[in-house]
Amino acid sequence: MDPRFDPIWIDVGQVLQRTVTSLYSHLVTRPTGRAVRMAIEARLQSAGARSISLIDLSEVVILDFSCADEVVARLVEDATRSPTHEAFFVFRGVHEPHREQIESVLERRGLATVAETGPGTFQLLGTRTVGEERIWSEVERRGLVDPDDIGDLAVDAEDLLALESVLERRLVFRNPSSGRVHALSRLVQHIT
Amino acid sequence: MNVLPVPASLDHRTVDGFFDEVARLGEQRTLFDVRHLRWVDPDGMVGLLVAGTVAGRKQGTPPRLGLPESADVHGYLSRMGFFEAAKGVFEVEAPARRAAPRSSDVLLEITPIAANVDVHSVVDRVQSKAGAILTSRLGYPPTAVVQFSVILSEVCQNIIEHAEAPGWVAAQAYNWARRLGRYVVLISVMDVGRGFRGSLSDEHSARYGDRWGDTTALEAAFLHGLTRFLDSGRGQGIQQIRRQVRRWDGAITIRSGTARIGQVPEWDDTPPLVDGLEPFPGAQISIILPAKVGD
Repeated sequence: MDPRFDPIWIDVGQVLQRTVTSLYSHLVTRPTGRAVRMAIEARLQSAGARSISLIDLSEVVILDFSCADEVVARLVEDATRSPTHEAFFVFRGVHEPHREQIESVLERRGLATVAETGPGTFQLLGTRTVGEERIWSEVERRGLVDPDDIGDLAVDAEDLLALESVLERRLVFRNPSSGRVHALSRLVQHIT
Repeated sequence: MNVLPVPASLDHRTVDGFFDEVARLGEQRTLFDVRHLRWVDPDGMVGLLVAGTVAGRKQGTPPRLGLPESADVHGYLSRMGFFEAAKGVFEVEAPARRAAPRSSDVLLEITPIAANVDVHSVVDRVQSKAGAILTSRLGYPPTAVVQFSVILSEVCQNIIEHAEAPGWVAAQAYNWARRLGRYVVLISVMDVGRGFRGSLSDEHSARYGDRWGDTTALEAAFLHGLTRFLDSGRGQGIQQIRRQVRRWDGAITIRSGTARIGQVPEWDDTPPLVDGLEPFPGAQISIILPAKVGD
């Protein structure tokens, strides 16, 4: 049986208003982004050894590059470096006006993440290889890949390397006990 | 008392010459004579505040400011909040007349930038007007207000992060009927801080050796995204502003110290690099966004 993830839903708009000041309605300036990121990280500290978080940007109207770097890129970078906490992220509400800022800051740091760019539409954003994109898209299409079907998913050594890479980069999740590979979108799909 | 005649037209084309005049001022108190001012844009207005601050520092007392004879210019300066912003910079010769109603093409009155809260305030304030002006005057899509706000945010943060001194921002739409045959939006962001060379020197000057100066510092930041921070995520602001301005076929230039560097489109004959200017504190950024040419 797969371990139960209890996804954490974080409404960034609410965090912004509660953490910084209710007077701020836009995610701009680096100190603001830093404060929001630290508030999110504080919530994740109580999540146990492994977490999946849906970081919801739906209510954010303006997102500048400085804030995107703090709230998206640094959050992902710091989490993937943590030796004690295995964190997975899906960013929701990455609409067209936010997309370039998020893509740019991820690419600048050589990172990638999973984003919901429209209702029910998930994409990889940031730095990724063609192979990683292909493997990730296939896992995303299937939702769940049983261990017996891994050979069908990754047909050659190059594919296997790409699969290992998207696992290591926490762009998909492999259950350590069952060996099943999950699309992150399915793990957060019940959060509305 | 020195008397410094302010050019009749003080705008993005004449402001560097004006700064050079200010840089050459002596230590005697100065009267900025704006009586003959007939035309001023955001670069001119914000430039006056910067020039007054520089003169005041050098002379140990705020310079005096005469008032423009033109009622139109006086009214426009009032509407843009110039006289309010000038308090503490200039000793104004006579009380400012009551401001006329705000012009529909004023995108952002002169706003001081000293802390992050000011950047939030700027982004909040432009939301109500930017959308209408960018779509009706420039023909940009409604979503352009987001990119416009991001530009403003990043360029204002440049003051806080790098200048370590206060600055000002202003923006206005104009009909450049004769010059370009279309509307433009001008954004001016200036400070009187340590400039690009001062901001980057500790981290980067050694590798440039004798070549290090205002020009190389501007090239390093403007063209290559160098920043004094070691974090790889830093230094994106100017690069992203340049990218967006290029998409809109706009122009961006930055003066810092003795040089001005720019990214200029075909319609603008501004040289991409000017050096040998008089040493002048801080950084002065000018952005021009033209109306979209019909498809």
